[in-house]
Amino acid sequence: MRRIYVKEDVCIGCRLCEIYCIVQHSKSKNIIKAFRNEPRPLPGVLVEEKGPISFALQCRHCDDAPCVESCITGAMQRLEDGRIICDIERCVGCWTCIMVCPYGAIRRDQNRKVASKCDLCIGEDIPVCVKNCPNEALTYE
Amino acid sequence: MQKITGGKDISGCAVSGILNTNGKKIDGRYIIRSIANMHDRSNGLGGGFAAYGIYPSYKEYYAFHLMFDDSYARERCEEFLDKNFLIEREGDIPTRKTVIQNPPILRRYFVEPREEKLDKSSEDDFVIREVMKINSDIEGSYVLSSGKNMAAFKAVGFPEDVGNFYRLEEYKAETWIAHGRFPTNTPGWWGGAHPFALLDYSIVHNGEISSYGINKRYLEMFGYRCTLLTDTEVMAYLFDLLVRRHKLPMKIACKAFAPPFWDEIDRMPEKEKKVMKTIRTVYGSCLVNGPFSIILGFKNGMLALNDRIKLRPLIAATKKDFLMVSSEEAGIREICKEPDKIWSPKAGEPVIGLIGKGVVEEG
Amino acid sequence: MLSLCKGEFSVERDDDRCIRCLVCVRQCPSDVHKYDEEEDRIYSDESECVGCQRCATLCPTDAITIRYKPMEMKENANWKTYHLTNIYKQAETGGILLTGMGNDKPYPIYWDHILLNASQVTNPSIDPLREPMELRTYLGRKPDLLDIEDGDELILKTEISPQLKLELPVLFSAMSYGSISLNAVKSLERAATIAGTYYNTGEGGLHKDLHKYGKNTIVQCASGRFGVSPDYLNAGAAVEIKIGQGAKPGIGGHLPGEKVLEEISETRMIVEGTDALSPAPHHDIYSIEDLRQLIFALKETIAYEKPVGVKIAAVHNSAAISSGMARAGADFIALDGVRGGTGAAPLVTRDNVGIPIELALASIDQRLREEGIRNNASLIIAGGIRSSSDIIKAIALGADAVYIGTAALVALGCHLCQKCYTGKCAWGIATQDPYLTKRLNPEIGTRRLVNLLNAWSNEMKELIGGMGINAIESLRGNRLQLRGVGLTDTEYKILGILPAGE
Ligand code: SF4
Ligand code: SF4
Ligand code: SF4
Ligand code: SF4
Repeated sequence: MRRIYVKEDVCIGCRLCEIYCIVQHSKSKNIIKAFRNEPRPLPGVLVEEKGPISFALQCRHCDDAPCVESCITGAMQRLEDGRIICDIERCVGCWTCIMVCPYGAIRRDQNRKVASKCDLCIGEDIPVCVKNCPNEALTYE
Repeated sequence: MQKITGGKDISGCAVSGILNTNGKKIDGRYIIRSIANMHDRSNGLGGGFAAYGIYPSYKEYYAFHLMFDDSYARERCEEFLDKNFLIEREGDIPTRKTVIQNPPILRRYFVEPREEKLDKSSEDDFVIREVMKINSDIEGSYVLSSGKNMAAFKAVGFPEDVGNFYRLEEYKAETWIAHGRFPTNTPGWWGGAHPFALLDYSIVHNGEISSYGINKRYLEMFGYRCTLLTDTEVMAYLFDLLVRRHKLPMKIACKAFAPPFWDEIDRMPEKEKKVMKTIRTVYGSCLVNGPFSIILGFKNGMLALNDRIKLRPLIAATKKDFLMVSSEEAGIREICKEPDKIWSPKAGEPVIGLIGKGVVEEG
Repeated sequence: MLSLCKGEFSVERDDDRCIRCLVCVRQCPSDVHKYDEEEDRIYSDESECVGCQRCATLCPTDAITIRYKPMEMKENANWKTYHLTNIYKQAETGGILLTGMGNDKPYPIYWDHILLNASQVTNPSIDPLREPMELRTYLGRKPDLLDIEDGDELILKTEISPQLKLELPVLFSAMSYGSISLNAVKSLERAATIAGTYYNTGEGGLHKDLHKYGKNTIVQCASGRFGVSPDYLNAGAAVEIKIGQGAKPGIGGHLPGEKVLEEISETRMIVEGTDALSPAPHHDIYSIEDLRQLIFALKETIAYEKPVGVKIAAVHNSAAISSGMARAGADFIALDGVRGGTGAAPLVTRDNVGIPIELALASIDQRLREEGIRNNASLIIAGGIRSSSDIIKAIALGADAVYIGTAALVALGCHLCQKCYTGKCAWGIATQDPYLTKRLNPEIGTRRLVNLLNAWSNEMKELIGGMGINAIESLRGNRLQLRGVGLTDTEYKILGILPAGE
């Protein structure tokens, strides 16, 4: 299964990955509309920064995913191609997954009361964070 | 004596050459027929021949063929010759009345350099220097050829008429080369016709050299003065520099003029690769780029060469001890219906015939 | 003191487009953009903007326009804004004005007055897509003649001096580690290796990580001798003695202490945090004989296995100097013209000293030919080469190869803001700040440089093929392929070319 890898030595902390992730998961997929006129989803990728060091973190889509194991409703599930997604129709916002994720890659969507995470951009050949990173600090292999 | 307008000479052409590798001599009718059969490749603005072995009784002397615009030029030039050379014999170059118009004064002199003038330079170097002086400094005089036991015959006109004018059927030579010219930008001038001859080298050429600018500047570094602005002149000087002065084997000089591509060199066996790489590196400015086929006549031999991607035609053939080269097969079949062998030499590979040794390189 | 200089740029933000993503805030190295949470709005302090265009390039909604907006004074043909602002600055600081990059004054650019030839009818042009087209170039001293013995096999009796093999007649100019970032150096090194050419260490020594990749490195030995050791000299493919630089002929280099961080201090062999000042002249070279001694000292050190060249700035008598250098044993001469770039130079020097490279090149090539010593040394020219056609014109004028510096940096993202000397290059090139150097990913940098060289190679092949030439050596010094437009008789004479139409 292809995963996203980060090269922290060239991550420049611009956060464009987050921005494009938001746009991709918005209603209109239009960057200006998504940010100004629509409810804004959380980005599945989060940039961590300390001093000059920064890197983007998203769900690792683990082979033995504790979030899937522990999900009480079956909302957190593995698709056939290996990626792990959260079915928000079934998510009840119990946050068990957040507690078991060793990477802290799942976030609370307070508006909708559901778990929010990277889904590797369903329908895209290359996740948009990877595609839009200006310094190729993210790769999809 | 610059009769050229608008810079460098540009022309298309026909070339032809015959050599007997046993040194047997034939008269000028064959070469005339060969070049005449390619009539359409010339336009009547220049034709010429060079013949080797024609002056056996004066073979120790430089045979100067000269042309003068008028008797004043002749006087001045003869004064100059007298000062620098001992003249063994002189006379008019025999001609006959033909369609050829307005011939200049045509004279030949058999000379040797005056000992006291040599001043440490070799006789050949001295002759070259003096020839260049005549051409550039004595208004109205021009040296058509200056080798030993050879001469160049050239004029404005179709080559067959030029041959007839100079009565070439009366000369017997072991090597004949010929040229018919199709210039696109120069008015006819006798000196501008081919062959271009310098010492024992005579050269005829079909093509246009796009590397002319650098070939010329390279030669200037070694003291040559390219006053005619013709490709042929440059080719002759290049041969003179590499073969006579630098003493490179003739086929190596040809590698400098038309080298293999780097790709090929990279694939050669180590030793050969080193030699070729060094030649290209050192003699890069001698690379003759652009389309050409040339025939070079020299003492005891003849050489024909194409550019490195063969952008001009060249055919070679043998019959018994004769080697023939020509722009077109027609130029050969006209004088030899059934050659023993006829072939198209490869791009950049010389055909070399030597008297006494036969055809040593087949191209 | 109140500064009388205002900023040079206006920052225009289209508020209909701005999504408050703060990319601009994070990217500006001069802290121009500031987010005001209360008003949910971004304010810009325009006076600090240097016009590097980083924010405008990275803004995801194209909301920013950076416009050049110099102070508009009353029109005055003599007193330009340039002079007024310089005087204001100097009245405020009392210092020499510094700048980066090459001379930007409107001195004639001769490349733009030279046109190329092409074949028509009498001579076929050659199509590079169908026929081989050769750009390979060897740099180094060449003998005038070869001694080759003919026999059953050819025996080469002349051993020729070491040569540098280039797959295209372009090298990357000297740019030191220190003046540019390690990522920039790595990009140049890798691109040179892939493209089959060379990069030049400049006077900053060779970073320890790069020692093992010396195959495509020209190591420089400048007056400061920073980082020079036998190891260093032997690590490269050639050695270049730097006498001068086009952007600042007559003066030495200056790397401010702030840029001398740990790794740079180690590479340059100087104390961390101290200014790296190279003296104006080499204090062991006060004459051409001295230069000869240094050339041969270096050749001894590298056992005569690699070429040793000398770089000078193009100045009034460079033809005579070049003749001296060619006789003093230089295997190549690098000549940097008045438009050559720099990481830091006094403005007054950069803008007023030196001569255009085109004229210097033409006169040097001619001079060396007249003296019959053109084969002694190859000629590399530098200083303002902007395109493949500039290269072709340079080679036809007589250069063996060209150095590109600024063009390479532009390929890496440089926007010519000329603020290299501040160490705050927004593009991660002319900086050592770890926040900024990361911005240049050497993998991307390498790819961009290789692409540029490939593109230029292809264009050069088109141009020479059009002239009916299929090997670059037939263009070298072939001034008949050039024609000038709009030049004076004297300029035609110096350039050795004819006017168009003749
Ligand atoms: S877009 Fe790329 S460089 Fe920017 S923060 Fe994300 S991973 Fe880092
Ligand atoms: S980068 Fe563009 S969209 Fe983002 S805050 Fe700045 S101006 Fe606005
Ligand atoms: S200095 Fe550069 S990044 Fe900062 S505002 Fe100006 S153009 Fe934008
Ligand atoms: S290298 Fe950087 S600082 Fe220098 S001109 Fe280019 S963008 Fe500006």
